[in-house]
Formats: sequence, structure tokens, C-alpha cells
Amino acid sequence: MPNPPLTEAVYYILLSLITPMHGYGIMQNAEALSHGRVRLAAGTLYGALNTLVEKGLIISLPEESGRKKEYVITELGKKALQSEIQRLRELLENGTNILGG
Amino acid sequence: MKKVVHKWFWAWSFEKEEKWLNEMAAKGLVLSSVGFCKYVFEDSLPDTYSVRLELLENAPTHPESEKYIRFLEETGAEHVGNYMRWTYFRKKRADGAFDLFSDIPSRIKHLNRILALLLPLTIFNTAIGIQNVILFFAKFAGDFSNLNAIGFVNLAISALVTIGIIKLFAKRRKLKKEQRIFE
Repeated sequence: MPNPPLTEAVYYILLSLITPMHGYGIMQNAEALSHGRVRLAAGTLYGALNTLVEKGLIISLPEESGRKKEYVITELGKKALQSEIQRLRELLENGTNILGG
Repeated sequence: MKKVVHKWFWAWSFEKEEKWLNEMAAKGLVLSSVGFCKYVFEDSLPDTYSVRLELLENAPTHPESEKYIRFLEETGAEHVGNYMRWTYFRKKRADGAFDLFSDIPSRIKHLNRILALLLPLTIFNTAIGIQNVILFFAKFAGDFSNLNAIGFVNLAISALVTIGIIKLFAKRRKLKKEQRIFE
């Protein structure tokens, strides 16, 4: 069974975490990648990060004192991203074929 | 200069409360601590801060809440303080837009938390209220002296809280409808 669709927030969080990053870094990265369109609010991001850790799509890196907590994507997370990219490609192809792009 | 304002907001008017706090911040009075019906403001340049509030899942001293508050501080927000399970943050507008929730599921989750706070309150007051009103007619024969008529107070409270709950349910229904079309 293919992976269910990812939310936009989760998609950009996973994409950001290809390199280890802390929460604020993810917020800035998502905003930069989307040219200011996607703004992850801190509370929403916090909930999403916890859920992604629970599901094993990301892990939180061991905390070093005085440093912000960082996260990184897992193999499972990368798989979820790849299947989402495939799904998005299908959406895009169908859209441009039918509506013209 | 500190300025203290005493004001009461119902739990279901948390958006109104937040709006008021931001209007104060726009005028150059930014929230610096909170208490029961009490807001302490300090002077700042007008329009320097955004203020946000939220009902936490656990008590503010709970490790989970502490983790959450620390996470928010790491994103550049300042933790102003707590009143019961309500927590207040502010952030310099120059450091970027400040919101706690950016999608519908997390907004619904927050509403559910407030509903879970209010539902037991109204159920309790209704049950006790009915019992006290029955007692009032059966035992005290309609005598309004002492605390005999407390049942009517219970029922009034539960009616008020029920109105708040209905408002929150309406808000939640609207969000859920949006969610069916948009992410």
C-alpha cells in the first residue's frame, strides 16, 4: 500500500531534516524554500516533530548542554518523502495534461 | 513603568483576550506578567511585540510543558508567564511573524483542550445544581435565607459555561468544514 499523503508542514519538515537542524532552523528553512509561503508556527511544528519522532520518520539527536535540540530524518522518513514526491509528480502530470500547464 | 490592569476573560474568549493583549502592545504596553484577572504591562515602543496565549496540555511545571516552553524560547519567543494552565508568550515583531498554530489540526486540538476543561465544569454544576434546587423546594420550602438557594447559582454557572461550550463547538465545526477542502 502506498504511503498516505503528507501534509505540507510534514513535507517541508522532512525535507529540511536531510541535514540535522533545530526547530527554528526548520521554520526558517521551510519559509526560504517556499519563498515565504509556508510559515510553520512554533506550536504546530512542535506537535509535528513529536509525532514524526513517534512514527520513526525522524529522530531527535542527543542533546548537548547549551545547544538547541536538533533532529534528523531516518531511512523510513526518506522513504516517505520519496513516495510523496512520486505522488506529487502524478498530481502534477495529470494536472498539466488535462488543464495544460 | 509598570501598569497593572484587572480584567476577566472567559476561557472561550481566549481569542478576544489575545487580541486585546496585542492592541495593548500596539499602543506600547507589552505584557510582562499574568495572574488571576491580572495583567502587568511594561512600556515598550509601540508595535514592537506580538503576544500569544495557549492552554497547555499539562500544568506549566510538568516536564512536557517545560520542554514545550523551552522549544518556543528556542524559536525566539519570550515566555511571559502562566496563569493556571494558560501560558503567555511574546516575541519581537522584528524577529518575524509570531503564531502558535499554522494548521487546522493543531487549532482543533487546542479547542479540544479548552472543551475538556469546560465540560466537567458544566456537568458538575448541573448535577449539583439540580440536587440543590430539589433540596431547596423539598426541605427549605422556598426559603431564600442562608445558602439554601445555591442550586440556582450552580445552574446559572452551568448555563453560562454551556453557552461558551456551544461557541467553541461552532468554532470547531467551522474548522473541520474547512479541513475537508483545504489541508
